[in-house]
Amino acid sequence: MESIFDEKEKLLILKISEEIDDCKVQEIRRKADNEIQRYMPKRVIFDFDKVTFMDSAGIGLIIGRYKFINLIGGKLEMTNLTNSIRKIFEMSGILRLIPETEIS
Amino acid sequence: MNKNFENEMKLEFVSKSSNESFARITVAAFAAQLDPTVEELADIKTAVSEAVTNCIIHGYESKIGIVKVIAKLKGQKIFIEISDKGKGIEDVKMAKEPLYTTKPNLERSGMGFTIMESFMDTVEVESIIGLGTKVTMTKNIKINEKEENEEDFTMLTK
Repeated sequence: MESIFDEKEKLLILKISEEIDDCKVQEIRRKADNEIQRYMPKRVIFDFDKVTFMDSAGIGLIIGRYKFINLIGGKLEMTNLTNSIRKIFEMSGILRLIPETEIS
Repeated sequence: MNKNFENEMKLEFVSKSSNESFARITVAAFAAQLDPTVEELADIKTAVSEAVTNCIIHGYESKIGIVKVIAKLKGQKIFIEISDKGKGIEDVKMAKEPLYTTKPNLERSGMGFTIMESFMDTVEVESIIGLGTKVTMTKNIKINEKEENEEDFTMLTK
């Protein structure tokens, strides 16, 4: 996972490049939480552009980070969802809580 | 090989979570014979991943056991059977409920069976306490007109 922090905007972009399943999710969660704690951003965007696979482990990952970011007063967004990933998030109702956004 | 099917494969592996991707990729490669779309293939991979994860996390509870995967083809239909010899499910009806999980600690969503049911055409669960669980899923792969298939095009450009 790669992270980019915009100091002025207090925006943290987390680009996930791992497959999101039960095996990899703990490592992704640990890295994401580290970065969030380090920068204390106002806005976090998870970028799924490089994610080639996701199962229900992604739901827990996103809901968990949503709660954590809310706790520190930030906002969570997601970008570059593929059809398959969007389908899983839609099913879980996550898209009603966390907006899909576009970044350049 | 059972004469009712045109092709069949069997896979057995140790219940380690690092084998989840091995299992879903192998089944997807086998299913590729039916010429599925990228999205149908993703559906199969996700359903397999959910079922195999259940065997490892719930069936064997991180103890070492063997997960068995059988896939068969007949016409445009794929049958996938995923089983463990683990602890079994006490209440299958409850386990299938969306958001129900016996292990909420590690941010588990309880959406595994819901995803299997919506991504596959049929899902059946047989479970005996102390003996194990078997999930049987089927999916019909539509015959696609490849020239008009935009998904294949997007895959090439990625």
